[in-house]
Amino acid sequence: MRCPGWQDLTTVRLAPVPLFRARVLVALRPSVLDPAGEATRAAAERLGVNGIQRLRIGKAVELELEAEGLEAARTKIELLSDRLLANPVIENWTLELLETATTEA
Amino acid sequence: MTLGIVVFPGSNCDRDVQWAAQGCLGIPTRYLWHEETSLDGLAGVVIPGGFSYGDYLRCGAIARFAPVLQEVVRFAESGGPVLGICNGFQVLTELGLLPGALTRNENLHFVCETTALTVDPGSCHWLQGYQRGEVVHLPIAHGEGRYQIDAESIKALEANGQIVLRYRSNPNGSVGDVAGLCNVAGNVLGLMPHPERACDAATGGIDGQRLLASLLG
Repeated sequence: MRCPGWQDLTTVRLAPVPLFRARVLVALRPSVLDPAGEATRAAAERLGVNGIQRLRIGKAVELELEAEGLEAARTKIELLSDRLLANPVIENWTLELLETATTEA
Repeated sequence: MTLGIVVFPGSNCDRDVQWAAQGCLGIPTRYLWHEETSLDGLAGVVIPGGFSYGDYLRCGAIARFAPVLQEVVRFAESGGPVLGICNGFQVLTELGLLPGALTRNENLHFVCETTALTVDPGSCHWLQGYQRGEVVHLPIAHGEGRYQIDAESIKALEANGQIVLRYRSNPNGSVGDVAGLCNVAGNVLGLMPHPERACDAATGGIDGQRLLASLLG
């Protein structure tokens, strides 16, 4: 005999949730000067590595997140990238997204 | 008549602002810890310089989500005077209260010197104590103060009279020599120079006094 509203919490807890692995690459927009990149390029010349025509420094953000599906994961990361990881005034971002495995939630 | 001073983990000019306002000008102040949500009784708010939350990710990017700043946005939108100095200016652009962004100085140097600025107060509440075209000297101390915005937007800012402070000798590569920017309504001012460090005659010039004293009306 079980009370009304009872549910098998064990089953709910073990429902698999897809896990996604993502890498967001944040780069300064091409129109924005990158002094750190220029300084690094100058150091490369001193190292003896010649011929570098362009060197721009950005950021790579690696994350793992749970979502119901690939599109849901993409939506979450797009929001994250637009609103937090990158500043659209000066930066662009690109996303690499992979489903890796499922987690036990 | 109390001036609120936002304090983030990593702020380091909060006490300078307090000394300038309260110690030098007699304006009562109250610190606003980043988790606070009440701005009751404040006549204005300053977001001071420093390295809010370590400036991780990007200058001002994490600070933008601080609970106190959600209240500051509401305060600004209802016409309350808001001043962002240095890191505070960076925070205001991240918040979207001012347009554009502040990026690494063109020459990669951390610039730390007193610099000459031309004031064009327009309708900026904070600068009504200055004459149009007046030259003032204020300290700057930043590594990421290069103002950046697209060519069309900078023209719009000029047309609107929002570029209220310009470097006379551009130290960081800012577009349009922008040192300070005001919103269209005139109540939100962001600037890279430190007016609070130019309020006490014992430590140099006092060109910053009139800016904070604007709160006294």
